[in-house]
Amino acid sequence: MIAFMIRRITQALIVIIIISIIGFAIKQSVGDPLRELLGISVSAEEREEFREKLGLNDPWYVQYGRFLSDATHGDLGTSMFYKRPATEVILEKAPATLELVLVSSILIIVLSVPLGVFSAIRPNSLLSRFLMGSSIVGVSIPVFLTAIMLVYIFSIKLGWLPSYGRGDVVMIGGWGTGLLTLDGWKHILMPSVALSSIMLPLFIRLIRSEMMEVLESEYIKYAWAKGLTHKRVWFIHAFKNTLLPVITVGGVQLGVTIAFTILTETVFQWQGLGFMFMEAVERSDAPLLVAYLMFVGIVMVGVNTIVDMIYGLINPTIRISGGK
Amino acid sequence: MMKALGNFKDSFLWYSFKRDKIAIISLLVLVLLVLIAVFAPLVAPYNPYDPETIDIMNSEIPPVWDEAGEGAFLLGTDSQGRDMLSTMIYGMRVSIIIGLGAVALQAFLGVLIGLFAGYHGGRLDSFFMRAADVQLSFSYLMVAIFMSAVLQALVGVARFGDIAVPFLILVIGFSQWPQYARTVRASVLAERNKEYVEAARVAGFTSTRIILKQIFPNTLSPILVLSTIQVANAVMSEAALSFLGLGMPIDRPSLGSLINSGFEFIFSGAWWITALPGLLLVILVLSINMLGDFLRDVFNPKLYKG
Repeated sequence: MIAFMIRRITQALIVIIIISIIGFAIKQSVGDPLRELLGISVSAEEREEFREKLGLNDPWYVQYGRFLSDATHGDLGTSMFYKRPATEVILEKAPATLELVLVSSILIIVLSVPLGVFSAIRPNSLLSRFLMGSSIVGVSIPVFLTAIMLVYIFSIKLGWLPSYGRGDVVMIGGWGTGLLTLDGWKHILMPSVALSSIMLPLFIRLIRSEMMEVLESEYIKYAWAKGLTHKRVWFIHAFKNTLLPVITVGGVQLGVTIAFTILTETVFQWQGLGFMFMEAVERSDAPLLVAYLMFVGIVMVGVNTIVDMIYGLINPTIRISGGK
Repeated sequence: MMKALGNFKDSFLWYSFKRDKIAIISLLVLVLLVLIAVFAPLVAPYNPYDPETIDIMNSEIPPVWDEAGEGAFLLGTDSQGRDMLSTMIYGMRVSIIIGLGAVALQAFLGVLIGLFAGYHGGRLDSFFMRAADVQLSFSYLMVAIFMSAVLQALVGVARFGDIAVPFLILVIGFSQWPQYARTVRASVLAERNKEYVEAARVAGFTSTRIILKQIFPNTLSPILVLSTIQVANAVMSEAALSFLGLGMPIDRPSLGSLINSGFEFIFSGAWWITALPGLLLVILVLSINMLGDFLRDVFNPKLYKG
C-alpha cells in the first residue's frame, strides 16, 4: 500500500510541475509586466533598468525557478485588475464556486443513486424507460441553455427566483457562505440545478449499467441461491460493488464539473472562480489566469490522487497491477 | 460496389436499423439538417454575411406566429435586424464544419497514437497514456477553454475573428484526442496477440504495415461508434466556447454565439433570439447522440467510460 501511495504521489507531483511549466509559459507570453507597471511615458533606459531590477533579463530557467519558489510560498503574482495578490483574489472567490459544486454534487448523489439503482432492478418499468429516454435528451442540452431556460421561466416569467448574484452572504472566518440565509438558498437553487443537469443523466446511466453488470455476476446468483432477501442482495451485496467504478468516474467528472461552473457562473453572474476567470480573460489579466490554472490544477490533481487512494484501499487488486 | 451494397443489406447493422424507429427518425432529421447546412446559400432567404440586406430598423421582430411578427421574417429577427432563420442556417453550417473538422483531427491524432502506442507498448505507451490521463482529469472542456483563452490573448481579439474556424477545429481537436487514443489502444491490446497478427509477424511484415493493414481494420467499429458521439461532443464544445465569447465572432456566428448574443435580450422579452438557435442546437446534438446510442447498442464495443 505504501509503495502504491508513493507512486501515486510522485505522479501527482510530476503533473503539478508540468502544470506550473504551462502556467509559467503563459505568464511569459501574455501581457507585458512593464507596460502594466510603468505605462507608456517612460524612457527606454528607465525601462531597461526596471527590466534588470525585476529580473526580466535573466535566463528563463532562473525566472522559472523564481516563479516556482514564489508559487510554493503561495505567491502567484499580482492581479493586474484587482491590484492585489492573485492568491488572495482566488481564495476570496473560491467559496462561491465550491458551494455551487457542493450543492449540485449533493443533488446529483441524492437523485442519481436511487434512480440508477431502481432502473437497474426494474429495467422494464415505465419509470426506467422514461429515465433512459430522458437521460439522452438531458446530455444533449448544453448546460448554459438549461441555465438560460431556468432564468427565463423562473426569473422572467414567474418572478420567483433571482436571476443573478449570490444574495445575502454571511462571513464565517474567511469563508463567505450563502448557505445560511434563505436569500442565499434562493440564489443558489437555479445555478446548482443547471450545473447538475448535465451530470445527472450520466450518473444515472453509469450506476444503472454498472449495477446491471454486477447483478449478472456469479456471486449474486449465489446470494440468490442462499435465499437472501431482495433488499439484502440489492443493497448490501450488489450496490457496494457498483460503487467502485462510480467513485473513479466521479473523480474524473469533478474536472468536468469545474469546467461547467465557468458556463453556469457566466449565465448567473455568480461571483465565483469561473466568472472571475472569464473576466480575467476579457481583461488579459495574465497573473490571475495563471493563478486560476494553478489552483484548478492542484485541486483536480489532489482530488484524483485521493480518489485513486480510496480506490486502492477499497479494491486491493489495483495496488498490485498499478491501475486498470 | 454492388457486392458491398448487397453485403450491407444483409448485415446486422441494416437489419437492426430497419427495426429501430428512433434511429430512422434521427438519421432522417440529421440528413435533413446537414443538407440544409450544405445548401445554405440556396435555402436561406437572406444572406446574413451581407450587410446590404440587413436593416437595423428590422431589429427584434418576433416570429411570424406572434402578433407583432412579419411575413418577411419567418422566425423573426435578431438585435441587429438579421433574419433569424437565415442566421441560424448559416450558424448551423459553421457549427457542423467545426464539429466535423475537430473530430477528423482528434480521430487522426488519437487513432495514430492509440495504434502505435498500443502495439509497441513500453515507454512510448506509458508516456501517452499518462498524458491522456492527465488531460482527461482536466476534462476536455477545461483544456479547450484554457487553450482558446490563452491563444486569443496572444493573437488579439480583432485578428482572432479571421482565423476562428481553423482555430476552433485545432483547439477542440487537440483537447479530445485522449478518448480515441484510449479506445483504440484497448482494442489494439486485444488484437495484438491474436493468431493473424502472429502470422503476419512470422511472414516478415514490418510493424507499421501490420498496424495499419492488419490491426487497424479490426478497430474500426469502436472508432465508428466513438466518432458519432464525438461529433456531438465537438458541436457542444464549440457552442460552449462561442457562448463564452471564446469562439466564433458575432458577425460570423455559430449556434453558440447566436445563443450568447441573444441572452441579454431575454430580459426584455425577446426570447426567440436565444431560444430558436438553442432549439436547433439541441435537435442537432440529440439526433447525433441518438444515432450514436443505436450504433453502440449494435456494435457493443468496449468504450472508455467518462
